[in-house]
Amino acid sequence: MNQQNCCCCGGNHVDERLEKVMKVIEEHKTVKGGLIPVLHEIQDTYGYLPEDILKIVSKELDIPMAEIFGVASFYSYFSLEPKGEHIIRVCLGTACYVKGAQGLIDRLSKELNVEVGKTTEDGKFTLEATRCLGACGLAPVMVIGEKVYGRITPDDIPNILKEYQDK
Amino acid sequence: MAFYRSQVLVCGGTGCTSSDSMKILEKFKEEVKKHNIENEIEIVRTGCFGLCELGPVVIVYPEGAFYSRVQIADVEEIVAEHLVKGRPVTRLLYTETIDEGRIKSLNETGFYKKQERIALRNCGVIDPENIDEYIAFDGYKALAKVLTTMTPEQVIEEVKKSGLRGRGGGGFPTGLKWELTAKSKADQKYVVCNADEGDPGAFMDRSILEGDPHSVLEAMTIAGYAIGANQGYIYVRAEYPIAVQRLKVAIKQAREYGLLGKNIFGTDFSFDIEIRLGAGAFVCGEETALMNSIEGRRGMPNPKPPFPAQSGLWEKPTLINNVETYANIPQIIVRGGEWFASKGTEKSKGTKVFALGGKITNTGLVEVPMGITLREVIYEIGGGIPNGKKFKAVQTGGPSGGCLTAEHLDTPIEYDTLTALGSMMGSGGMIVMDEDTCMVDVARFYLDFTRDESCGKCTPCRIGTKRMLEILDRIVEGKGTLEDLDKLEELGKQIKAASLCGLGQTAPNPVLSTLKHFRDEYIAHVVDKKCPAGVCQALLQYTIIEEKCKGCSLCARQCPVNAISGQVKSPFKIDQDKCIKCGACLDKCPFKAIVKK
Repeated sequence: MNQQNCCCCGGNHVDERLEKVMKVIEEHKTVKGGLIPVLHEIQDTYGYLPEDILKIVSKELDIPMAEIFGVASFYSYFSLEPKGEHIIRVCLGTACYVKGAQGLIDRLSKELNVEVGKTTEDGKFTLEATRCLGACGLAPVMVIGEKVYGRITPDDIPNILKEYQDK
Repeated sequence: MAFYRSQVLVCGGTGCTSSDSMKILEKFKEEVKKHNIENEIEIVRTGCFGLCELGPVVIVYPEGAFYSRVQIADVEEIVAEHLVKGRPVTRLLYTETIDEGRIKSLNETGFYKKQERIALRNCGVIDPENIDEYIAFDGYKALAKVLTTMTPEQVIEEVKKSGLRGRGGGGFPTGLKWELTAKSKADQKYVVCNADEGDPGAFMDRSILEGDPHSVLEAMTIAGYAIGANQGYIYVRAEYPIAVQRLKVAIKQAREYGLLGKNIFGTDFSFDIEIRLGAGAFVCGEETALMNSIEGRRGMPNPKPPFPAQSGLWEKPTLINNVETYANIPQIIVRGGEWFASKGTEKSKGTKVFALGGKITNTGLVEVPMGITLREVIYEIGGGIPNGKKFKAVQTGGPSGGCLTAEHLDTPIEYDTLTALGSMMGSGGMIVMDEDTCMVDVARFYLDFTRDESCGKCTPCRIGTKRMLEILDRIVEGKGTLEDLDKLEELGKQIKAASLCGLGQTAPNPVLSTLKHFRDEYIAHVVDKKCPAGVCQALLQYTIIEEKCKGCSLCARQCPVNAISGQVKSPFKIDQDKCIKCGACLDKCPFKAIVKK
């Protein structure tokens, strides 16, 4: 992810990701309400919404930057800042909450020395509290990247983190 | 067509997938091949079976053997013993299904006995990514019937006759909504499916989309015919990747079969569906906010009227229903509105899906006839409270609902009875709480949620929820007063009366209902400065039990603020004025000599 970040802050712009995004922008020029699908594509491709790319969207879809910023900042799924290599999401749905999810967040925050919503200094982890993931049968639930960890306790956390720290 | 002597159904719902059920499925394929029986055994990935607590779940037919919490390492044995030699592996079977060595049908178990599946009828039965399986279970039969034998008016009449009410929360009569939208005159109309299931603890819409996506597509097409629309949108949460993927597959297959697109069943009627992803905003579950989001804007609600039936998406008449509501439609058409109306109670017809979660033995998804009591759902189906704990409350309706207590356990579940008790049906989340749950903390949790999700458009919701949360924060920190409780009530009533949309109008409910039913607990927090459930950190005290303390000094060395002192080999003491209640000492004490209360 760190490598990816370089290319959108002024470096080499002729890359596959930009081509992919340009294609999606082109496809959505005639789609009613196409801005949000385009933002989804950019978020999936870059891991966040780089300002340079949003400027292109603004020009191509003829939507003012102010409006794009308004939409991007409204939805919690979109991020205007780059995220860590591994995104840790702890479910704070009710079922997880009553089964002790807050304890997981506190422990992660302590182990990684990072606040909720922030990224560790080394850029390895971003810690997020997320809305109900609908896996209530496994409560409390934590997701790292795509991998789901269910029915865990704060004491399981150091071992789980180890799997990612050395990578 | 191939015939198999046995079918292995592996649950592919989100819960089971999260515990590696797809790897289990691959392992089954591998093992079956190893034994050269791949032509005799069919391995099927299905939607959710409902009993998520026991996941990953595998069911083997024709016996109906229900294997629970299956691990990859177990697969080899199940194949070698059960599929090759015909001897079910009893050790892995769900204990409730074994009766003196005989395998009982699932429908005889406590969890399934009282259930009646209409919206969930295909979940856990068919392969959701295979349209042929849906068709084999009467799929698209309703659409054929509608397009070839019924007028739009007759379709609406049938839905009205069923008495179906919106399953997303409000409970507005579905047939009436269809009729109002049909009567609006316009050159273009839209059908929208609200799949922005945001209530924490509710996952029925996700399970329907994952387990039976075609039922929703079919119902939307029927709705399009009934109201005169040719375009539909499904607005689904981006947090549900499996549901999105299965919808994409289903739409593609339906188009290939000519069940979506131009001239469906050779008639003049054309209809197509597009998927739009949500982006993490709870308020988008509100219909006008959802439509703003589809239009590519900030998902903020508009004042009503005009209602979507008159002016919705792109200011055209729009019919918007929730996933579960749609999932009931095909059966209502095939079996008749009267059949559906014969189930449930006078004012709440049919069945309702509930997501059981929290402190309950059988976490999972259940569908029951309306009018069943909370006791039947929680104790008979849900298996009661685990670890011998006492039932304290059940929260229904998510952040818009309220808490019900032990004295309400025999209340029949209906839209109107729940509302009368200060809660609501909502989308069907049911979170059970036991004696270890602090009701003030739970109310604070919900308000923190709604405050965070308030879109900020109207003042009562934006500022009112913030003020309420500040008061609750004070209370859980032990700084609250009795006056604060009156303020909460007053503020709550005003927010309910003055907010623009459903989010604000219901946001105070969790606080108001707990204040009503658990006032003692609030008083314990503000007067005695105690948290009876032992949850609120600031109100707890850590103390060392003298008799258990060996004087090892480990706790004193752990304490970050030097609040613990004493002589080695004699009991230590915690200075309560210095203690910051971090709990580090309690975690480290090897003799369990430190308690919090």
